[in-house]
Amino acid sequence: MTISVSKTDLAFREAVRERSGEDIHACFYCQKCTIGCPTAYVMDYQPAQLLRLIQLGQKEKVLGSSAIWMCVSCETCGTRCPNHIRLSPVMDALRHMAVEGGYAPQPSVYALHQSFLDSIKLWGRVHELSLIMEHKVRCLLAQPPLFFQGLVSDMLMGGDLILKGKIAFLPDRVKGLAEIKKLYAESQPEVER
Amino acid sequence: MKYSYYPGCTAETTSVEFGLSTEAVCEALDVELLELKDWSCCGASSAHSLNHELARALPGRNVALAQEAGLDTVIPCPACYQNSMSADRAFRRDEDWRRKMESLLDFEYTGQGRPRHLLDVLSHDLDLEAVRKKVVKPLTGLKVASYYGCVLVRPPEVTGWDDPEHPMTMDRLMEAVGAEPVDWSYKVDCCGASMTLSISDVVVNLSTRIVAGAVEAGADCIASACGICQINLDTRQAAQRKAPVFYFTELMALAFGLDGVGKWLGKHSVDPRPLLRERGLLT
Repeated sequence: MTISVSKTDLAFREAVRERSGEDIHACFYCQKCTIGCPTAYVMDYQPAQLLRLIQLGQKEKVLGSSAIWMCVSCETCGTRCPNHIRLSPVMDALRHMAVEGGYAPQPSVYALHQSFLDSIKLWGRVHELSLIMEHKVRCLLAQPPLFFQGLVSDMLMGGDLILKGKIAFLPDRVKGLAEIKKLYAESQPEVER
Repeated sequence: MKYSYYPGCTAETTSVEFGLSTEAVCEALDVELLELKDWSCCGASSAHSLNHELARALPGRNVALAQEAGLDTVIPCPACYQNSMSADRAFRRDEDWRRKMESLLDFEYTGQGRPRHLLDVLSHDLDLEAVRKKVVKPLTGLKVASYYGCVLVRPPEVTGWDDPEHPMTMDRLMEAVGAEPVDWSYKVDCCGASMTLSISDVVVNLSTRIVAGAVEAGADCIASACGICQINLDTRQAAQRKAPVFYFTELMALAFGLDGVGKWLGKHSVDPRPLLRERGLLT
């Protein structure tokens, strides 16, 4: 695959290095990360390509990529990298920068993370049933066809889990909810949006 | 032996069998678990994806709760374990953040006791002989593929108690309860984790490949040490539904002859009971 390169933004490269704490410059493109990555096949830029794009200061391409939302943080790349670069913190930093910079995230993955954090903020623990419903609503609002993606298999699976008593109808609220809210308030504001 | 205990959100819902079998097996092995009072969610895979501060503050609250007892904390869920480890490392290394958290949550970080994964504790704080002694019904003839999943043994500089590419702790426990561990290639391959809710096709693809790998290696079933791995492999393996997926603690409880095993096994998607009856391991 040929990727055309636009103007180099060196400040972006340094910002990724600083926020992730990973030495991105050490990558010599052996592609072990790409080969071991379980989700590389659904990424627009694969892990090694993404690292090279960061080295080349390609801010728009990197922060606008779907790849940064497809990483499941399984730590395979970081375990195998001969230069000890962990991509998991790099991907986290890129996701934070993408949200801050107003780049469109992969809607379904982003909606899940938002719903998850909302659930913790409301109850202190995750309540799966309302989390899944909020995720579906967020998908519907972001991109209507997404609502229907996997809906049948999700409902069959959900129904099975409910019948087996593995989904709680009512949430389990922690007593120290005020503390949780304090932790949310003290952290960066983007999750508050 | 006494430990603090952090069950994690799914231990009461989607992986209730893991929570119950963990508690039962620990009790049988005289491993006392004292549940942290009013524990909260660790942020799972979502907090670190969206917010750096929250990603260490949420598990930080649980690490704070564990300080009073000063004991190691047993954690059955690998994601909870990894997040707690990250928070514990931040407490040790980032003094400013530690002070901020101490004043926000009104506690003192003593650094006594660490987050530990259940598999690490059962493998390293006990010797295998103690496990063997409890076996009343050896799982003879049951071929088990031990599945560790991704973050249980990675990254090695955070976990460090088993090989990140070829872990063996669960295999040895399975052997100790009389089962036959199989060699296979997908022990540490990722199942797709939380994508099961956002992009389920990916999880179907990955989980189907892992289960097929276990069957190809001659396994009758898979043993897992993670609530998300178990539910993904169990419910997202393609239509053939080839292999039951246990929690390793369920298989231990079965071999120990503990009460409740049959009820837990009824909660699986691929029903493991026919296989166990066929092998004479369940009545």
